[in-house]
Amino acid sequence: MNQRPSIALIDYGAGNLKSVAKALDRSGLKVEVTSASEKVAKADGVVLPGVGAFADAMGKLRDLRLDESVRSALDSSRPYLGLCLGLQLLFEESSEHGSTRGLEYFRGQVTRFEEIAENSVKRRVPHIGWNLVHFRGSHPMLRNLPDKDYFYFVHSYRAVPDDKEVIVGVSDYQEQFVSAVASETCFAAQFHPEKSQAAGRRLLDAFASWVREA
Amino acid sequence: MLTKRIIPCLDVDAGRVVKGVRYVDHVDAGDPVEVARHYDEQEADEITFLDITASHERRRIIFDVVSRTAESVFMPLTVGGGVREIQDIRDLLNAGADKVSVMTAAVEKPDLIVEAAQKIGSANLLVAIDAKRIDNYDEFLSRARKHKRKFPSTAVDLESELAHWEVYTHGGRIPTGISAVGYARRMAQNGAGELLLTSMDRDGTKSGYDLALVRSVVDAVNIPVIASGGGGSPESLAAALDDSPGGGGAQAALAASIFHFGEITVPALKERLFELGIPVRRALVGNN
Repeated sequence: MNQRPSIALIDYGAGNLKSVAKALDRSGLKVEVTSASEKVAKADGVVLPGVGAFADAMGKLRDLRLDESVRSALDSSRPYLGLCLGLQLLFEESSEHGSTRGLEYFRGQVTRFEEIAENSVKRRVPHIGWNLVHFRGSHPMLRNLPDKDYFYFVHSYRAVPDDKEVIVGVSDYQEQFVSAVASETCFAAQFHPEKSQAAGRRLLDAFASWVREA
Repeated sequence: MLTKRIIPCLDVDAGRVVKGVRYVDHVDAGDPVEVARHYDEQEADEITFLDITASHERRRIIFDVVSRTAESVFMPLTVGGGVREIQDIRDLLNAGADKVSVMTAAVEKPDLIVEAAQKIGSANLLVAIDAKRIDNYDEFLSRARKHKRKFPSTAVDLESELAHWEVYTHGGRIPTGISAVGYARRMAQNGAGELLLTSMDRDGTKSGYDLALVRSVVDAVNIPVIASGGGGSPESLAAALDDSPGGGGAQAALAASIFHFGEITVPALKERLFELGIPVRRALVGNN
């Protein structure tokens, strides 16, 4: 296929999208940054990025009626990529600043890391830096990826899925936590591939191949 | 597990790297974008720009630098210097910074960090602390009392702990009468996501980080701490990052000259840190 597959990079006012757009472009995708439902409906693939607070992001998605477009994109056969908060929003509920309903695509909660101490080493929150992600399962995104890679994380909350089959990546931060989840048409990462140098590129290249094949 | 981060730092004045970067052959060593790209290729864990532009009208140049950097590197970028208002934080994040560092304004407006954490979130919000060992405790106390009159709600309770280090502002020129360790604790409570802790006594000396200072702050807070000031050898970085009781226990180490003057490359440094028992991100061997 000569034509570059099109990606709707959803802009709901939650921070800068330049790095994500640039990284997707580098992986051979034609990126349109958009908050228009019709563009989300037409694209070959959909990316939901996100930094900031869960309730705020959910509110903005609803105000722009993007929650419905995201849900229909998730129900379509078009590949969907969620990043960081874009992973958390897929769950039922988050406990960040009270309790907020999410997109309810995956069953489970989003909760804060507890600040614990283990052998006198404290678990500091936020979890900031490079951590290993161990991939598992047979998702199409994982076919061309190493079984583990270092990725860059910045977050205080993490998803706790009810359904263990959706887990495709785990990491260790004085406890094992879920760093990637997936369904047949969706892949979501708690880390930032657009900030993760070569490992991030490998992951976004895998996403681009998946979009091309779908 | 979470690895310890190595962060090269560039001082940027009106869009140009200052304090000279001499290691590069084929790039414009004065251009922060080129230098950032170089460190991206070396797989530094993050990069930090400190904007030291004095003239107010030339301040906006940093936005263009940040924007061009965000488009050319795929690594986390922290920007600090001259951040006064919440809008400055937003503008830098919108230009493409991943984290914004606040220093003087966090001292002068104690509610700034609380408000920024609520509106923007803690994860992108870094508080920079310039700390200097207190030589004359009486002079420190008189400054501390003055500070307490000005900010009664936020002053550190000097009865409860003996201060060893004092916070300085305005690029290290003005002593504040604030105890650095108490201030660090308060900034963490106010919602800072991370602390950039610079020892003014060690900055530029390459004599090693102030481990007692680093350890005191690391023990006082539950957020990550970046140690800065004095990094001159792999051994000194290892000491700052070492979690055992004798070490600093910091989550990241920031350094400038050790990299800029080509004394060591980032990969070589990490190899040495690994040998010294520090968990750092290195190329994975035996994948696939």
